[in-house]
Amino acid sequence: MELYELSIQTAHKLLKQKKISSLELTRAVLERIQSVEPKVQAYITVAADAAMEQAEFADQAISRGNMTGLTGIPLAIKDLICTRGLRTTCASKILENFIPPYDATVIEKLKEAGAVIVGKANMDEFAMGSSTENSGIQLTRNPWDLKRIPGGSSGGSAAAVAAGMCLGALGSDTGGSIRQPASHCGVVGMKPTYGRVSRYGLVAFASSLDQIGPMAKDVTDCAVLMKTIAGYDEKDSTSVPLEVPDYTDFLKNGLKKITVGIPKEYHAAEGIDPEVAAAVKNAVGVIENLGAECVEVSLPHTKHCVAVYYVIAPSEAGSNLARYDGVRYGSRNKDTRNLIEMYRNTRARGFGMEVQRRIILGTYALSAGYYDAYYKKASQVRTLILEDFKKAFETCDVILSPVAPTPAFTIGEMIEDPLTMYLSDIFTISANLAGIPGISVPCGFSSDGLPIGLQIMGKHFNEETIFQTAYNFEQATDFHKKKPGL
Amino acid sequence: MEFEPVIGLEVHAQLKTKTKIFCGCSASFGAPPNTHTCPVCLGMPGVLPVLNKKVVEYALRMASATNCGIAHESRWARKNYFYPDLPKGYQISQYELPIAVNGHIDIEVNGDGKTIGITRIHMEEDAGKLTHDPGRPVSMVDFNRAGVPLIEIVSEPDIRSPREAGAYLRQLRAIVRYLGICDGNLEEGSFRCDANVSVRPEGAETFGTRTEIKNLNSFKHVENALEYEINRQIETLMSGDPVVQETRLWDAVKSRTTPMRGKEEAHDYRYFPDPDLLPLVIDDEWIREVKNTLPELPTPKKERFVREYELSSGDAEILTASRELADYFEECFREFPNPRRIGNWMIGPLLGLLNAAGTGIESSPVSPHHLARLLQLIDEGVISGKIAKTVFEEMAASGKPPDRIVEEKGLVQVTDTSAIESVVLKVLSRFPGEVEAYRSGKDKLLGFFVGQVMKETKGRANPKILNDILKDRLR
Repeated sequence: MELYELSIQTAHKLLKQKKISSLELTRAVLERIQSVEPKVQAYITVAADAAMEQAEFADQAISRGNMTGLTGIPLAIKDLICTRGLRTTCASKILENFIPPYDATVIEKLKEAGAVIVGKANMDEFAMGSSTENSGIQLTRNPWDLKRIPGGSSGGSAAAVAAGMCLGALGSDTGGSIRQPASHCGVVGMKPTYGRVSRYGLVAFASSLDQIGPMAKDVTDCAVLMKTIAGYDEKDSTSVPLEVPDYTDFLKNGLKKITVGIPKEYHAAEGIDPEVAAAVKNAVGVIENLGAECVEVSLPHTKHCVAVYYVIAPSEAGSNLARYDGVRYGSRNKDTRNLIEMYRNTRARGFGMEVQRRIILGTYALSAGYYDAYYKKASQVRTLILEDFKKAFETCDVILSPVAPTPAFTIGEMIEDPLTMYLSDIFTISANLAGIPGISVPCGFSSDGLPIGLQIMGKHFNEETIFQTAYNFEQATDFHKKKPGL
Repeated sequence: MEFEPVIGLEVHAQLKTKTKIFCGCSASFGAPPNTHTCPVCLGMPGVLPVLNKKVVEYALRMASATNCGIAHESRWARKNYFYPDLPKGYQISQYELPIAVNGHIDIEVNGDGKTIGITRIHMEEDAGKLTHDPGRPVSMVDFNRAGVPLIEIVSEPDIRSPREAGAYLRQLRAIVRYLGICDGNLEEGSFRCDANVSVRPEGAETFGTRTEIKNLNSFKHVENALEYEINRQIETLMSGDPVVQETRLWDAVKSRTTPMRGKEEAHDYRYFPDPDLLPLVIDDEWIREVKNTLPELPTPKKERFVREYELSSGDAEILTASRELADYFEECFREFPNPRRIGNWMIGPLLGLLNAAGTGIESSPVSPHHLARLLQLIDEGVISGKIAKTVFEEMAASGKPPDRIVEEKGLVQVTDTSAIESVVLKVLSRFPGEVEAYRSGKDKLLGFFVGQVMKETKGRANPKILNDILKDRLR
């Protein structure tokens, strides 16, 4: 087995036993990047020198016996999480040369844990998209089939994990942006409870929906990453002051006492691929066989999720993206005669089409005279969606569903049809609207050999039960062991 | 037709907290440009606001002092607009649910009391400051002020004259100063006022069309601008034209208001709740604590000064104009319990001195202890009231205690009868003609002889003894 193929926990064992060094491991990952990155293009920035330096520090820490589960482990970071001194573009022309003077809280935590940051992963511009095709920098390809999209918006992170270009990654999830690319790339990705992980330093898309989360080769790795990044942060008023459990402690508990809910509304969802439906159905059977009880639950407001999301997310985004005005940082169009022209040209040339589309949507939804009909109404329906989940979780511990209605589509297939692309977020959006955690774990392959993911959603701040369910399922199946043949 | 003006004021008071409202940067004024900044107040990508609790406490003080109802849950909102001094492209403010509503304060105009309603008080962040280079086609922006906390106090349209507006504004400023939450400086902009004004036929129930006046950076400007604008609106209506709803700028040089151009496009601020901040929850205990620690406010203090010290209403008003001034008075009183004489000395020489120097009571070179001592020296007969003025001037110049000045300059009053008598005899022998004139009935010459003796004694002769001796010798 090549070093870059190692899981985080295996690499950790080998590092601890001094059988490998972080320098060797990091070098192996960098070499892997060199060999497959031209095909996949998962990274916007590869920080090879800085990574080797961090690896050397990690080796010193390890030799002193000062080690965490992530010491010396090479990771990829989605390029909208601020890294001090390391370019953070949000895959946008407007921030193409932006170098943050500060670290996001999650980056501080990773650095404190001794992790090695190999580079910044590609994404849809400002996390707006489901295919990473909206990147203003480059096109990332699915390692399982280079003609296909890796999913999005954390497509670079997912592709990098799947292709062995890092051992784990951080993504962000506003409407499915961790879970959907994880599903498309055959890796594990979790969107934590809103408020579980600090958003400080995460460039905001939709502040009430955004969460940073881990992406990894298996459930255990995901739990290890999650344990490190989670927790209250005084710099984020929306983070919640609750103790963070050691998620790995729960993995080996069986599923005998777990009740899983299957929402009846999801059966009726339109456009669901039969192979996806079959894989999920099979997964439910596996989980049942492991001793879990299965019950039907109802989420009656599911049909409104996409509409609610596409009012709230663009409204917040329009406001969040107002700061990219060319005044203080980022690119500025200098070919202007006055202030208004400077704003218009800077933003028209700096933002891509999808970002502009969403700014326009959000500006409209918040306009005087429309606020009540759109934003306010959407907020009210959002409360109903939350109530749906609270009610459903009275009878079950976790809820199972597909992640995406289809496996990864081909590049360019959906670009002219944003509405269909928006609708493909149907299974993932509700967790963001309700603020609950959810994971994507590999549960099968299509006849074309494309990965399919199972979504497990849980109660607020109950990530451990999700990890437990996902781990038991993973151990009972082999889907996570298959690697793309790059 | 008689018209009645209807005025409402919006006041922005900059709060004197040590740090800004949503980050740890210093909120102080006057630092070199862009030195009190950090990623948060510069609106860098990915940063988040964290509320400074002190700002809430200050707003609560103001809300309590103005008899407002305090919201147990209020909300932060984003006010969206583009301007280069606004780093995030939105201002964090409060909109639908402000921290306080429905208050009132009492004012006095020409001895008549009136209550002015307060619609709401809310908290928000200030923007940065733009300066324009006249020599080059560039603008410069300083973000030191970005994120400095403000409260906005919106009055009901209860004000009926420019003088009432001035009285309301002065009272509001006295309150913020008493509370220690704001400098209240209109010229420097720590206390800013916009005025909404309309006119309507006397007795009408409905309001006329209003205009908003900006750029009012002194009390005088507020009153003059309102005066001008009221007359302008009346003339407009009398000539058969409608008043246009618009924002107008006060031009203090030309003494007129003119419509604001350019920026005054119809703004749609697209307010919505700020998802980065939790709703602000204020419990009864916090409200109680603030209420219990409020200082005595200007109006109750003035009333107490009249009652307790038997001062005239006018003098009490002056002496309670600031908390520091009132404290000074009361400190003097503890050592020299004659309120009227302290009042006279403070309102006369002391305030004269401070006004001339352009400083406040807090930096007075004469301490209350020294002033009280000076008054005691007069009472003890050590110096005369006239000499006291000289001593006071010296106290102001050097900051020395009065006893030392009296001693150093040999200003102790001469009360020795024989010493005064010998000077009197000397003077009388020098002016035989005047002595003759006095004796033949020119009583007024007594003052001349007093003056001559005082000149000889450098003013130190006890006036009463001197008078007695002179009258005796001139008989």
